[in-house]
Amino acid sequence: MRIVFKTDYMQDIRPWKDGYQLSLYLILLAVVFAAPWILDVFYLGELTNVLIWAIAGMGLMVLTGHTGQASLGHAAFLAFGCYSNVILLEAGVPFILAFPLAGVITGIIGALVAIPALRLHGIYLAIFTLAMSILVDDIIVLTEPWSGGVSGKYIAGIDLFGLSIDRWGTPMLFYWLVLAVTVIVALGYINLLRSPLGRSFIAVRDSEVSAQAMGVDIARTKTISFGLSCMVTGWAGAFMGMFAGAFNNETFSVVISIELLMMIVIGGLGSIHGAFFGAIVIGFLPQFLSIAKEYVGALFGGSTVAIPGLEFGIFGMILIAFILFEPMGIYGRWLKIRTFFELFPFYRKDMFKRQKSYLKTERLR
Amino acid sequence: MDNVQLLISGLANGCVYGLIALGFVLIYKATEAVNFAQGDFMMLGAFVTIGLTNTEYMGLPFWMALPISIGIMAGLGYLLDRLVIRRMFGQSQTAVVILTIALGFVIRFVAGLIWGHEPQTLQNPLAGREISFGGLVLGMEDVAVIVVTVLLTGSLFLFFSRTKLGLAMQGASQNQLAAYYMGIPVKRVQGFIWALAGAVAAIAGILFAAKGSVDPSTGLLGIKAFAAAVIGGFGSLPGALAGGLIVGVIEPFASRYIAAGYSQIAPYALLLAVLVFRPHGLFSQVRVKKV
Amino acid sequence: MSLLEIENVTLKFGGLTAVDNLSFTVEEGEVFAIVGPNGAGKSTVFNLISRFYDPYAGQIRFDGHNLLEVKPSGVAAYGVARTFQNIELFEHATVLQNLLVGRHRHRKTNLFSEILFTPSARRQELENREKVEEVIDFLDLQAYRDKMIAGLPYGVRKVVEVARALSTDPKLLLLDEPASGLSVEETTDMRWWIDDIRRQMGITVLMVEHDMGLVSGVSDRVLAMADGAKLALGTPAEVQSHPAVIEAYLGKAS
Repeated sequence: MRIVFKTDYMQDIRPWKDGYQLSLYLILLAVVFAAPWILDVFYLGELTNVLIWAIAGMGLMVLTGHTGQASLGHAAFLAFGCYSNVILLEAGVPFILAFPLAGVITGIIGALVAIPALRLHGIYLAIFTLAMSILVDDIIVLTEPWSGGVSGKYIAGIDLFGLSIDRWGTPMLFYWLVLAVTVIVALGYINLLRSPLGRSFIAVRDSEVSAQAMGVDIARTKTISFGLSCMVTGWAGAFMGMFAGAFNNETFSVVISIELLMMIVIGGLGSIHGAFFGAIVIGFLPQFLSIAKEYVGALFGGSTVAIPGLEFGIFGMILIAFILFEPMGIYGRWLKIRTFFELFPFYRKDMFKRQKSYLKTERLR
Repeated sequence: MDNVQLLISGLANGCVYGLIALGFVLIYKATEAVNFAQGDFMMLGAFVTIGLTNTEYMGLPFWMALPISIGIMAGLGYLLDRLVIRRMFGQSQTAVVILTIALGFVIRFVAGLIWGHEPQTLQNPLAGREISFGGLVLGMEDVAVIVVTVLLTGSLFLFFSRTKLGLAMQGASQNQLAAYYMGIPVKRVQGFIWALAGAVAAIAGILFAAKGSVDPSTGLLGIKAFAAAVIGGFGSLPGALAGGLIVGVIEPFASRYIAAGYSQIAPYALLLAVLVFRPHGLFSQVRVKKV
Repeated sequence: MSLLEIENVTLKFGGLTAVDNLSFTVEEGEVFAIVGPNGAGKSTVFNLISRFYDPYAGQIRFDGHNLLEVKPSGVAAYGVARTFQNIELFEHATVLQNLLVGRHRHRKTNLFSEILFTPSARRQELENREKVEEVIDFLDLQAYRDKMIAGLPYGVRKVVEVARALSTDPKLLLLDEPASGLSVEETTDMRWWIDDIRRQMGITVLMVEHDMGLVSGVSDRVLAMADGAKLALGTPAEVQSHPAVIEAYLGKAS
């Protein structure tokens, strides 16, 4: 077991626990940076997809995992980010400006949406955002002159620092671009969590009354959380558009919203790790299933017919299993396994046990 | 005359939404959980009945299949509570929401496996019959839907507001621990409510499949019905029906008087408006938490 | 000028008058206790000061500021901190994080400097940490510093609540039943802490408490309430022997 002796406040303030942990993360970073030389083009594309979902997951995690506001409508902000990025690019704005701006615009829209949503709690907020997500489809159709409506829009490669970056033409460059944004967002998120604003998010999540009594302005905090969350989601949306190459009103459907929320629940609510774990599950599940299907098909000599809804069915079952048996998600399970080995043989089953709170009415807020 | 015709078919649609909304409200009232899979329950109820009565499946007589499928769905509701929901005791409302959304995915997947993805209609004795009434021509199915819905909502409302058991159920939702101390068998009440919601879903499914066709994605209708429940004020049974009717009626009129595409938008736009101006539906029940 | 002035405050919930034309003042440096039977409106007074409720009539002034003009989150900015009767901690955060939220009113950085974690944000964090560490030392919470609240026993949570309130560096500390549910030893500890909070830290304390032993042990003045109105105000001994108070607690002697 590793014991870290703390002799300095900075040891708690800096993001890593000790040199060992820091070096682990640096090795991980080096490996993912070197991925284009290790993986073939197909799996590099899949990994890019995972990173994009991880960005979206971090976006939603700020709002749902750390501020406690469940959103079933984040596909709407993916769409906003995607469309504003493309529309800006088409207007001749260079990518280096268009991309950040797409996020900022989405963030501002998110903050505006937060204003009516502020009065809503729990289930009402969920249905509000769900309705918003459903309406986005129609809004895109209605704003056809800008959005291209049903026929959709296309995005070719972009130019950045004289390099032509294209998902198909130069997948390595696109991967590194996505990776860079992922790392930047993750670092910003880490910084947020170790400063007053991030703590006020957690305070709002866990107890609004006492957050207020500590001087946290609930409305302002929620608005900022919405804004930040939507900004990051907007960036993910912009990347999703570039990854898909073509998109229309049905690309960012309400199912994507639900999938995104489920993803961070599986990954583990309330941790940055959770967004990445969830993204890995959602990114590799289809591949895993198709491989499994082939295997099963070969075993029983049956044909490998596509089973519609299989992916969602399996996904749903995984989620149910997690909520029932590991509400803290993959990250929670990982912590337990790690602690088990660190403390071996002194791990006790009730180490992570929490006091059970009996459901009291949520009508009284 | 056209408008009246439109109104009646809108009302009949609205009744189905209302019945699904009723399922939402039933569970919410008694357990404070929100069952997002209620629409998928409805779809499953429809398919179970189709499976029992349609000639290409088991071909049972319609009136015999009816109670059996209602019974099956009630049993499923009870089992679901017993095996899954009960373990969620003490977890947040949002966790239950996410769980039931996932459950919806699973139900749609299973229904697709068993009955396929082609739209199917329930073969029933009312199909194709019409009654004319002062120049109006009404489908018997529409009339049946309206009559059954009104009767069901009325009796459930009376049950909850008049009987001891109904009141006990409401008590159980306000504070489960306190209700437990008061001698209310909270777990049994919860199981009963889920069974009831399953039965209501079966009835909604039968009515829906008699009127039109169902396929596994019909379950997504639950989202619209949930919007209806919120518009009507979550937590009130007549409110759920009213919300369902509003949504049902607003759809055909929006597509007729604004533009065809608006029949999809109108219910959700209305929902957003209701949430913005009356955050907790038309009959608000939320008060400030006491500290 | 008194630190806290409650002037003719009335609060009604529907037809029920929860607080009835109540006036009292809390002087700087004293420990002021509010006692009374259940439902007397004691916690409601706290919630009025915290601005969770808007009074129907009357004035609440703190340190020269009109509290009725600020939002609930603005009350802390003037230097009023509080605890809650039913413990309202941030369950899924560590003790340290809980206390650091208490430092929120001293936040000088903005969104951008925090996301970049600039040297000024770092300096502020070190400063916050130092202040919080003082409170941890004061209340003997070292052993729980990195523990999640969700796993802590009741008695410790009660102390963490006081610690979080102290971390805000308040002028006035509102303690809502600090000893309820505590064991005899824990109550004794709480008594010494309240004494020290006033003497060492110079913080004025206003508390609601049922435990008369604790009340008479630490408070300078006591306000007895019943049915939202003032029954008696004075030293603990005076209030305890006041006929109206005895009647409220024990019923009318026949």
